[in-house]
Amino acid sequence: MYVAVKGGEAAIANAHRLLADRRRGNRSVPALRLDQIVEQLALGVDRVMSEGSLYDRELAALAVVQARGDMIEAIFLVRAYRTTLPRFGYTNPVDTGAMQVERRVSATYKDLPGGQVLGPTFDYTHRLLDPELAAGAEVEMPAQRPVEAEAMPRVSAILAHEGLIEADGEMPLDHVPGDITREPLQFPMARDIRLQALSRGDEGFLLALGYSTQRGYARNHPFVGEIRIGEVELELDVPELPFAVPLGSIRVTECQMVNQFKGSAKAPPQFTRGYGLVFGQSERKAMAMALCDRALRAGELGEDVVAAAQDEEFVISHSDNVQATGFVEHLKLPHYVDFQAELGLVRRMRAEYEERENEDKAAEEKREAAE
Amino acid sequence: MRGQEAREQAGRKAVMATLAHAAADEIARLWNESGLPGEAELLRGPETGLVTVRGRIGGGGAPFNVGEATVTRATVRLPSGQVGHSYALGRDKAKARLAAIADALWQDPAQRETVEAKLVAPLRAALDAARETRRVETAATKVDFFTMVRGED
Repeated sequence: MYVAVKGGEAAIANAHRLLADRRRGNRSVPALRLDQIVEQLALGVDRVMSEGSLYDRELAALAVVQARGDMIEAIFLVRAYRTTLPRFGYTNPVDTGAMQVERRVSATYKDLPGGQVLGPTFDYTHRLLDPELAAGAEVEMPAQRPVEAEAMPRVSAILAHEGLIEADGEMPLDHVPGDITREPLQFPMARDIRLQALSRGDEGFLLALGYSTQRGYARNHPFVGEIRIGEVELELDVPELPFAVPLGSIRVTECQMVNQFKGSAKAPPQFTRGYGLVFGQSERKAMAMALCDRALRAGELGEDVVAAAQDEEFVISHSDNVQATGFVEHLKLPHYVDFQAELGLVRRMRAEYEERENEDKAAEEKREAAE
Repeated sequence: MRGQEAREQAGRKAVMATLAHAAADEIARLWNESGLPGEAELLRGPETGLVTVRGRIGGGGAPFNVGEATVTRATVRLPSGQVGHSYALGRDKAKARLAAIADALWQDPAQRETVEAKLVAPLRAALDAARETRRVETAATKVDFFTMVRGED
């Protein structure tokens, strides 16, 4: 018999009120302002923008505080918000070569035009907790080096000359970039669609898969050709103006991974490439994305598909943490009726099992008695 | 004539770029000091929506969609008839409205000089200074390699 039940309205309302209270915490501690989060938890904000797939620092900061610092919950909030807005169009592709660079390093070329510029990096820190920071010590202003501005071409453009490295990824001229926010995922998918999915993919998931390729599951001998972080200009073509309208600039992280490749039936020996481009400052994510992009090109380059990181359907179907958390977390919602049905089924199977056991035992005893 | 038109468009685009980059409260402050007229009829918005940001595979290859960004836009008409547009990242509707009026005023030959001198020039100077500061701070983190001399002679 199925009996519909209702209830929990008051419990839910009070739970949300309790959540608001616990979110606020001790009232004698000042409440966080969004600008404090934007300024001082900037990389957390960047992660929410990247995986929420929406560039808006204040909104991401609001999501972080509303989610009590739970990043995936914050990303979920941002994804939900973006569905409420109309879309004005697609920007012209950003030119990362013209980026106002805040960090740029290459692990393959020491002396490249523009040089190795460390920027605000955690690299070479000793990873020691800083008690002075806990005490709220003043921070000195950054050093300045007033030198002439220097062009910083992408390292891929420099490497291309010898012909030993493949070109930037081209698509047929009539190819329209796919958009996973408009069309459902279909496998196999073109590289441009994969990159869109990877760019909003979960950092931890992509990091683990990238790591797996380094440990030998689809090994592809990666080098960081270049990582650059900085601001790029956005422009949008609109019908009301005779030129692309400037929108301002956003900070992105780009990773050019260069991979040794011994050649296959489909391609000669050369350096192949994986590409990462993500919102904000997040080189770990950009690097992981580039490793996954390269691994997922196995089919295109005639490599055997032997590892998880090369399996497009596996990687892309599980890279979105909003989908993943939705399906995992729905398990805690009431499944009373499902479970009752399963319970009835298991009871019946158990009864049948015990009946068979008893029959077997009886037959055994009968046989023993006969002997 | 062709070149004149191209210069005109480049000038207008540069003004729009400066306004898009500038902070809302800076635009409002300079506007109040400039004596520029603030009244205009709103034809569209200010409204907030999304643009999908595109990158290129490998940096220079085929385009792909990276993610979205919030953008706010407005279109206004001045009492004198000029229509102005604005677009900028973010969700600031007051900024969108003022920027659209600035675009419309810039198209009025009687007002262009004031818009350029009282509004755009100081905004541009502040943006350029901030950019230059970031550049020289970044430059201070550039690695200078030196070679260790090894051996006897």
